[in-house]
Amino acid sequence: MNASALDVFFFGIYPYLASVVFFLGCLIRYDREQYTWKAGSSQIMHDRKFRIASIMFHVGILAIFAGHFAGLVIPYELWTWLGISLPAKQLIAMGVGGFFGIICFIGLTMLVHRRLFNPRVRATTTLMDTLILLVIYAQLILGLLTIFVSTGHMDGEVMHDLMSWSRYLLTFRPVQAVEYIHDVHWIYKAHVNLGVTLFVLFPFSRLVHIWSVPVGYLGRNYQVVRSKISAAK
Amino acid sequence: MSHFLDNLRFFKQKKTEFSDSHGVTTEENRSWEAGYRRRWQHDKVVRSTHGVNCTGSCSWKIYVKDGLVTWETQQTDYPRTRPDLPDHEPRGCARGASFSWYIYSANRLKYPKMRGYLMEIWQQARAEHKDPVDAWASIVEDPAKAKEYKARRGKGGFVRASWDEVNELIVASNIYTAKTYGPDRVTGFSPIPAMSMVSYAAGARYLSLIGGNCLSFYDWYCDLPPASPQTWGEQTDVPESADWYNSAYIMMWGSNVPQTRTPDAHFLTEVRYKGTKTVTICPDYSEASKFGDTWLSPRQGTDAALGMAFGHVILKEFYIDKPSEYFTEYARRYTDFPMLVMLKEQDGVLHQDRFLRAADLVDNLGQDNNPDWKTIAITEEGELTSPNGAIGYRWGEPSAENKERGKWNLENRDGTTGEEKNLLLGLKDHHDDIAEVAFPYFGGKKHEYGYFQHTDHDELQKRRLPVRKVKLKDGSEAIVTTVYDLTLANYGVSQGIENDGCATSFDDDVPYSPAWQEPITGVRREDVIRIAREFADTANKTRGRSMIIVGAGMNHWYNMDMNYRALINMLMMCGCVGQSGGGWAHYVGQEKLRPQTGWLPLAFGLDWARPPRHMNSTSFFYNHSDQWRYEKLGMEEVISPLADKSKWTGSMLDYNTRAERMGWLPSAPQLGTNPLHLKAAADKAGMEVKDYVVQQLKSGDLKFACEDPDNPQNFPRNLFVWRSNLLGSSGKGHEYMLRHLLGTRHGLLGKELGDADVGRPQDVQWRDEAPEGKVDLWVTIDFRMSTTCLYSDIVLPTATWYEKDDLNTSDMHPFIHPLTEAVDPVWESRSDWDIFKGLAKKYSEVCAGHLGKETDVVTLPMQHDSPAELAQPYEVKAWWKGECEAIPGKTMPNIIPVERDYPNTYARFTSLGPLLDTLGNGGKGISWDTKEEVEFLGKLNRTHLEEGANQGRPRIDSAIDACEVILSLAPETNGHVAVKAWEALSKHTGRDHTHLARPKEDEKIRFRDVVAQPRKIISSPTWSGLEDEHVSYSAGYTNVHELIPWRTITGRQQYYQDHEWMRDFGETLCVYKPPVNLKTIQPVLEQNQNGHKEVVLNFLTPHQKWGIHSTYTDNLLMLTLSRGGPIIWLSETDAKAAGIEDNDWIEAFNVNGSIAARAVVSQRVAEGSAMMYHAQEKHVNVPGSELTGTRGGIHNSVTRAVMKPTHMIGGYAQQSYGFNYYGTVGANRDEFVVVRKMGKVDWLDTE
Repeated sequence: MNASALDVFFFGIYPYLASVVFFLGCLIRYDREQYTWKAGSSQIMHDRKFRIASIMFHVGILAIFAGHFAGLVIPYELWTWLGISLPAKQLIAMGVGGFFGIICFIGLTMLVHRRLFNPRVRATTTLMDTLILLVIYAQLILGLLTIFVSTGHMDGEVMHDLMSWSRYLLTFRPVQAVEYIHDVHWIYKAHVNLGVTLFVLFPFSRLVHIWSVPVGYLGRNYQVVRSKISAAK
Repeated sequence: MSHFLDNLRFFKQKKTEFSDSHGVTTEENRSWEAGYRRRWQHDKVVRSTHGVNCTGSCSWKIYVKDGLVTWETQQTDYPRTRPDLPDHEPRGCARGASFSWYIYSANRLKYPKMRGYLMEIWQQARAEHKDPVDAWASIVEDPAKAKEYKARRGKGGFVRASWDEVNELIVASNIYTAKTYGPDRVTGFSPIPAMSMVSYAAGARYLSLIGGNCLSFYDWYCDLPPASPQTWGEQTDVPESADWYNSAYIMMWGSNVPQTRTPDAHFLTEVRYKGTKTVTICPDYSEASKFGDTWLSPRQGTDAALGMAFGHVILKEFYIDKPSEYFTEYARRYTDFPMLVMLKEQDGVLHQDRFLRAADLVDNLGQDNNPDWKTIAITEEGELTSPNGAIGYRWGEPSAENKERGKWNLENRDGTTGEEKNLLLGLKDHHDDIAEVAFPYFGGKKHEYGYFQHTDHDELQKRRLPVRKVKLKDGSEAIVTTVYDLTLANYGVSQGIENDGCATSFDDDVPYSPAWQEPITGVRREDVIRIAREFADTANKTRGRSMIIVGAGMNHWYNMDMNYRALINMLMMCGCVGQSGGGWAHYVGQEKLRPQTGWLPLAFGLDWARPPRHMNSTSFFYNHSDQWRYEKLGMEEVISPLADKSKWTGSMLDYNTRAERMGWLPSAPQLGTNPLHLKAAADKAGMEVKDYVVQQLKSGDLKFACEDPDNPQNFPRNLFVWRSNLLGSSGKGHEYMLRHLLGTRHGLLGKELGDADVGRPQDVQWRDEAPEGKVDLWVTIDFRMSTTCLYSDIVLPTATWYEKDDLNTSDMHPFIHPLTEAVDPVWESRSDWDIFKGLAKKYSEVCAGHLGKETDVVTLPMQHDSPAELAQPYEVKAWWKGECEAIPGKTMPNIIPVERDYPNTYARFTSLGPLLDTLGNGGKGISWDTKEEVEFLGKLNRTHLEEGANQGRPRIDSAIDACEVILSLAPETNGHVAVKAWEALSKHTGRDHTHLARPKEDEKIRFRDVVAQPRKIISSPTWSGLEDEHVSYSAGYTNVHELIPWRTITGRQQYYQDHEWMRDFGETLCVYKPPVNLKTIQPVLEQNQNGHKEVVLNFLTPHQKWGIHSTYTDNLLMLTLSRGGPIIWLSETDAKAAGIEDNDWIEAFNVNGSIAARAVVSQRVAEGSAMMYHAQEKHVNVPGSELTGTRGGIHNSVTRAVMKPTHMIGGYAQQSYGFNYYGTVGANRDEFVVVRKMGKVDWLDTE
């Protein structure tokens, strides 16, 4: 079956448009709107249930992010070389992804409830805050649903197709990329598409804080003195 | 550069590590720091201050950025003091520093507001009536409508209105009221002119031009200590805080200096480094207690007992045992100690009568002028003499043969011969006889709850003292003695006369020995003896450098005069008054309007018409909020055991009413009819207005309004409140006001006096149905939605202190400095000057067809510092009972026709009137020509050119114009006027005082001068201290050093008060009187229980830490520092007894009403008392009361005013009325409350 025009657009063109928006958007915002570059924490408004919810959400999402990175960006030949077969890899992905997906789901459900129904939090929430939270929520649910679909084909072939799609896309061969994805289950397609959309929304939302995770603090000197020379700039 | 690219240079950035890699120097971009730097950048800095009721008067830098006020910091540029004296700067506190929060806060009033329902019926009425006055009439004359809009007061429902609409409604109401009931049914309340004098003047000028009443504040706030006028003939005069630094011994007595005088406290800290000892006398462990080298903790309300014991020790050791030459010489010259008092025999005992006067003696002792007002002493040669300085020497027509002018001074001279004479201090070695005299003793009264201790001494204390016999004019013989001998005997100090009834030692339990006070105050006698000795010894060695700083707390008791006189006596005994570093430092509430005489004509329209209508607020509110209908305190409970009880069977209000009719106190409204109609009636009768009114009053056809206050004709129909939070702060009897003045929901728990109850007034009409909603229109002008605003019909948004031009002064420092307009008034707010100017303009338009040129009739009580203060030298006589003739200005108030020109109200408001040219200007008994200054103002402010009522008169268009009027006319800010003023005084004293102002004669302070830097004012005879380069301002300084008499009957500081009513109250001399029983607990105690234990506590309302009165108590920053809502402090013991834990919601209540608040349980508080910092706003975090069902009240929900007849005395030298000078005061500390934990906290959120 040949790819439809829609498939070409959504899986061959849209990801590139999204990347442009994502990179350019982040760059411009970082350079021009430094005061808006923040996580937008609402912990000060209400932190009783917040702490556990936030931790569960962040632990889950970081693990899932790592899983997706491993699956979509790292070449699968590496896994084969390590002796992990495709079915095994799928099983690991379903297990580990499912575990952290559930943790993330519990945390995110609490956060969504809090953001929508706590009056103090609600009063300081922007439309984008709500939107981004709901999109992530939807994406997470879709992601969890793929696990059930995946049980129907434990051979890892679909996973291989998806990995190939991203490989060809990342190496700027969109035509071949689309070939790998156009006939996977719609749930995967929806999940991929919403994922790409997240990149579009990224620079306009609080997600930009991801760029600024202060990992540098871990190995930093205790005292940092900024020299006078640079102040003149 | 790009932030992003900077990050890409991460590996190329040069980094130098140091300290073993603990630190690193980088060269990363620092442009982000500009954000923090911009936070503190601003476009301009403007000088202003906080026109709040605080003596701080601190100058502030106001920072403006992008047209917004951003923050404020303390100014530091006060003119320097002299070497060896710390400077004033910087001044300020956390409260002031939080002010800018208000400007853009949600609580800021932004638009004129009116209650929706009122707007609806007003617009409807306006549609039906072309004329606004008719429209207003159609509303207030419709009982259903009137009741409905009044009942909605305090229940929200405000909507935005336009200035045009509110101004029209307000003046329509004013005009309707003046036309129908009389202009004196329109009243305004605004306190403390010193804090923003032009704003005060704006409203007072408007009211005075239309004939309305201006209400006093100082007495109403109970900050006025009547002991000061009684002793000195002076409202209040105190040393500046810098003078603390000159002191050698300081007592902080009931004053919490670090907390309530924060910007001045540094002087107290600094002087301690010089070795000055500080003693704190305070019942609770306050911030001030920590300041003291010694802390004495007497039971609250018993300070007089402690003071009397101090006095006992001082008299015994420094007058009797080892007389101090300094003290005795001071007493002889500057106090009434040598003056003779007659002793009268009654029921077989001698007791104290009035001063002997020249008029009692043969040939008036050679005195023709005012012999009734000249007190007598004995010279060392044993002759009777009328010494210079008595008040009789102050007044009299100046003429060639008048020998009196020039003898009103404190030189040691005989008033007749002018010879130098030394007066005898006491009669010990010069007596004719030893006589037994009875002194009333009040300390034996048992307290209802046993909280205040009594002693078992007899209510008549008999003491033997030396007397002389004097032959009187009528041939009889009078037994006399000196004030000194009486004072010693009164204090129980023995002069060594056998069986004199006095204490034999300090351990002898005789009033008022140190041993005697121990059970009452709880202070150990050794401490009393030690402190008194130190205090006096220091004063003796330093010639009077012992000082007592005293706060209002002690003045808020019913018997405050005793507290105050006890400590004033100590200062007089030790020669401290009038000496640098010594004296009485009462820093409360009056804040010293330094350019007073320049301000008076502006404020009260004296440039257009005189006299203005002034009213003492305590009597006004007691009367009109019908507190008298509930009065339980009988006068026979508080008078002297020696008084004739039959004279004192009336109710409290009766005596006030009598005082009004005798011309002692003012009235508002004044007469029981519309004063605008009297002229026509007099013309018809073919009589002069004055004669006509007297005749009508005598016949009884016309009555004083005070004889029937519940008659709708006499309601205070219109009330303006500006610069004040009357209902949220000072309004004693809050719930009574809600019911009777406002006619809305209230929380009163008590009942009116029934038919069977005693205590209903005799001279005042009792109407069975108590009126509710007497005020037709209540207008409040404020910048924030205060409690008072919430209850008003109309709320007008005024400029804040950073949005207007004005002037500010204080008694704590010698500077005058401005408020200036840092930014335009935001939203639709306007300055007070512009608001009242707008009302004046509208008034002039709308009055057409209703009011034109009218003759108003004003009644004026006998004024202090005027010849009328010599009105009634002897017994109290009622003209209406035929005991004397009805003579205006003598036996009854003066009756004065005043021309009003209603259509020209605006023209008059905005120009300086002609009476200053013809009558001159002045104050405190002197006056001077002021034509030059008026001419100068014509050039400075320009004159009105257009034809009209004010053509050619100097303009007063803007608030700055008004400031220039004040500054040009006042001696304190215009050296030329100061010289004229001292010249005027010199004529009375016969001594040249002009040298005090000559060095500054050419100095003229203008508005822009004070904007540039605060300026030190010029010495003037309005005040008793000097502003010069050699001494700090110290009260009484010119009396002592320039020999200017005190403005009392003897011309001296008075230990003795001889008015008939003072004698009836047993207060001729200072005595100890325990707190009175207000009977507010029994009817509610354990009546309506909620399952929690009830305890009865004495209710104290001190000044607070997180606000200046109610201001700042709704400021988020200050709320964050405290507990964010109403709190009441309890002792741990009482809290435990009532099962209350810290932060519990509690209720405090009595018959007056109820308060809901959180408990602060603290070791600080003395057992048996509850402290609620006064004036915590009702709209911040206040739940409903379980008892009243209404929102939990304010501190005044459990209080109400109780008056004392001795404060009503008038026409009697220093005890004569003056606005904010003398009159009834709003005492409230004798109050008890029931405290219990709340069962259910209901926020009444559904309302």
